[in-house]
Amino acid sequence: MSIETKRPDLARYAREIMEIAANAGLDFFETRFEMVDFDTMQQIAAYGGFPQRYPHWRFGMEYEKLRKQHVYGLGKIYELVINNDPCYAYLVADNELTDQKLVMAHVYAHCDFFKNNYWFSKTNRKMMDEMANHATRVRKHIDRYGHDNVESFIDLCSTLDNLIDPHSPFMRRQKQPGGGGEERMSDERHANRDTGGFQAKPYMESWINPPEVMRRQREAALKERQASRGRLPEQPLRDVLRFLLDHAPLEDWEADVLSIIREEAYYFAPQGQTKIMNEGWATFWHSRLMTTKILRDEDIITYADHHSGTVAMSPGRLNPYKIGVELFRDIEDRWNRGRFGKEYEECSTMAEMRKWNKDVGLGREKIFEVRRIHNDVTFIDEFLTPEFVDRFRMYHYRYDPATRRMVVVNRDFKKIKQQLLFMLTNHMQPYIYVVDGNYANRGELYLAHKHTGVDLDIKYAVETLRNVQRVWRRPAHLQAMINEEMVLFSFDGEQSQQQKIHEDLPKPAHSL
Amino acid sequence: MALKIEKDHQRFRQIVKGKIRKDLRKFLTRGELLGREGERTISIPVRGIEMPHFRYGDNNDAGVGVGDGESGDPVDGQDGDMGPGGTQEGQHILEVEVSLDELADILGDELKLPRIQPKGQHSITSEKDKYSGIRTTGPESLRHFKRTFRAALKRQIMAGLYDPECPIVVPIRRDQRYRSWKTVKKPQSNAVIIYMMDVSGSMGDEQKELVRLEAFWIDAWLRRNYEGIESRYIVHDVRAGEVDRQTFFRIREDGGTKISSAFHLCRQVIETNYDPNEWNIYIFHFSDGDNSSESDSRECCRLIREVLLPKSNMFGYCQVASAYGSGNFINVIHEHLDKVEGVITSRVNTKDDIYDSLKTFFGQGK
Repeated sequence: MSIETKRPDLARYAREIMEIAANAGLDFFETRFEMVDFDTMQQIAAYGGFPQRYPHWRFGMEYEKLRKQHVYGLGKIYELVINNDPCYAYLVADNELTDQKLVMAHVYAHCDFFKNNYWFSKTNRKMMDEMANHATRVRKHIDRYGHDNVESFIDLCSTLDNLIDPHSPFMRRQKQPGGGGEERMSDERHANRDTGGFQAKPYMESWINPPEVMRRQREAALKERQASRGRLPEQPLRDVLRFLLDHAPLEDWEADVLSIIREEAYYFAPQGQTKIMNEGWATFWHSRLMTTKILRDEDIITYADHHSGTVAMSPGRLNPYKIGVELFRDIEDRWNRGRFGKEYEECSTMAEMRKWNKDVGLGREKIFEVRRIHNDVTFIDEFLTPEFVDRFRMYHYRYDPATRRMVVVNRDFKKIKQQLLFMLTNHMQPYIYVVDGNYANRGELYLAHKHTGVDLDIKYAVETLRNVQRVWRRPAHLQAMINEEMVLFSFDGEQSQQQKIHEDLPKPAHSL
Repeated sequence: MALKIEKDHQRFRQIVKGKIRKDLRKFLTRGELLGREGERTISIPVRGIEMPHFRYGDNNDAGVGVGDGESGDPVDGQDGDMGPGGTQEGQHILEVEVSLDELADILGDELKLPRIQPKGQHSITSEKDKYSGIRTTGPESLRHFKRTFRAALKRQIMAGLYDPECPIVVPIRRDQRYRSWKTVKKPQSNAVIIYMMDVSGSMGDEQKELVRLEAFWIDAWLRRNYEGIESRYIVHDVRAGEVDRQTFFRIREDGGTKISSAFHLCRQVIETNYDPNEWNIYIFHFSDGDNSSESDSRECCRLIREVLLPKSNMFGYCQVASAYGSGNFINVIHEHLDKVEGVITSRVNTKDDIYDSLKTFFGQGK
């Protein structure tokens, strides 16, 4: 129920906080608060923040988990915000007034992030309606094709929903097969475009782009293109769901269901890519706005209690709220004092570095820029400093087979940063590519895992491959490095097998 | 806001029950369920519900933490909690709360146990409201549309206002019909379960564990079938005594065995407290079958036939295997009470036999 009708008193605070947030420079979609009881809150949370989703039991499972957490006092949901225009945010009706104010300030910062962060720029801002449409479409299929059929197909597809390419919305779309659109360029023109050389003033051209080298490159590119002609896909493809949609023998309703799942996966992807930043940004602003503008005397204790709970870190665990907010504060401070750039980096003594203050006051501008262009990976890569790691006593840990426990390895900055980046890259999802859609010329699907240091979970991989096969309907294969050996997992619809990859096996169209 | 998650949730519960049913044999042997006796719900780990994804395996055992600690110190939190991939998808097994009644239903379904037909008079009656009547007044929320329409149609036809060419029917105030409720007295059938156990020296912990498991499921099933249920517990070696539930499963005595002592006490308990006309009486006796004398065994059979059986729905004898003793009592029963209706025996040598034992006991729906 809308805040205006249910809690006019809170609505007044919401308007007040909105003004304060806007004056601070936050720029958000119109934000609508809804008041719900905690049970409804859990239901919405189980639906991924939306009031409506297509029918599927896994939402019911999620709901049961949340409910149990609540019973055991393990988790309490204070707020939910939907990336949508207008932005919808849910408040739990029986929370204290101070909590509500805090949550509102937090919400406005989230909205600002949704609206302005580049990685959200391609998301559907009418997702609220779209989700409802998806629900209607799936219900229609259920009425027509039977509950069990549709459900088991959703079961299949939702185990594949991480097989997307989160960067693809930012790339120019591949030619849609048979879809006309972009005219097919000749191989020569492609080859020329791909090897256009570097930009150069005319009088430098022959040195920067030597004709002989250019010719060789063009020939190689042309050969490459001609060789890949007729290969499916033309390039290794990370958007496995797209490939299945285009080429798997799906019924219309199946294609529709799969496209729904793919679309929703793309919608949620940026939230996984910006968890630290998004929460950090919201925490940064609720803390800034609350402590400077919004808090009244009587709020202080409740606020301090709630805020410290939000940013608390238990040993061995990283709290994205805490890391995020501290990084933003650190960036603001560094750019306010001019602690960046060549001169600063080249300080000869630590004392000099510590004292450094140029009073340039660029902090505010910088953090807004950071929230606009970065995602978690680039954020950590760019702004995690040895001083920061030292200040928060971060360490790198690893499983120790001898004691069978996680043990601290060291506090080496490089190692910590590397580990963090690894954990954030592709947000802990393995990279899976389609490398051949007509493997061994038998219409079999060949997927490959790009190994980045960690093996796939074999049991899960075998299970999931079965589901890939069920969508593809022809045998499916997965190539993965397991214990430093290339292994080919296969499922032909009846039995699974795995074998070491050896010379006699047919090669897929592309190698990774 | 009309949320539809209730349906998803029900469907999820349905799937869970299906999984439990598939693994029922295993659940029947799970000793840790017993820790939860007395609670109305138990939490059961269910496998294979989580959806598989391509995901990293467990050799990804590294992370970043914060806080004190020197190189080599153990980290308390077991995993680096970064990003949604980190914590949630690691749980392969889901714990699901299931009520004992649901579990009993699954048991009944899987074992194809017929619902028990309670016998005799029903002493206690409970009251319940049932919407079975129709009135001319009531709240709008209870308006019976069809009846209202019919009344209006009837009135219009009688008054000659109904035109089949233009079949407009407009109900007026006195056409309105509403559902109304009647309070019905529902007879409630009651049952008492009398558990008797041999606690002589030859009954070890292993045997008692089997008895506890068997008793747990007997309890669950009978509770599902009767609204009001009581349990009484009798232990015996050469003498019998009544004890509470706790003691029943923990007590350990030495010495010989005289089964008839328990049967005499059982008879007393029934005669003083439970009129067979009002109560469904279930008697279960657990023993390793090693009675002190042949003559006592014969006395027992006489007691069962002449005293206990006429008063009860069922006399169940469950013999657990023991390293000591002859285990002969079950043979004596077979010999003397062959094909006597109401006497059911089963052997439980290992936990795996519980499944079939329950089927034997309740397969006839008594």
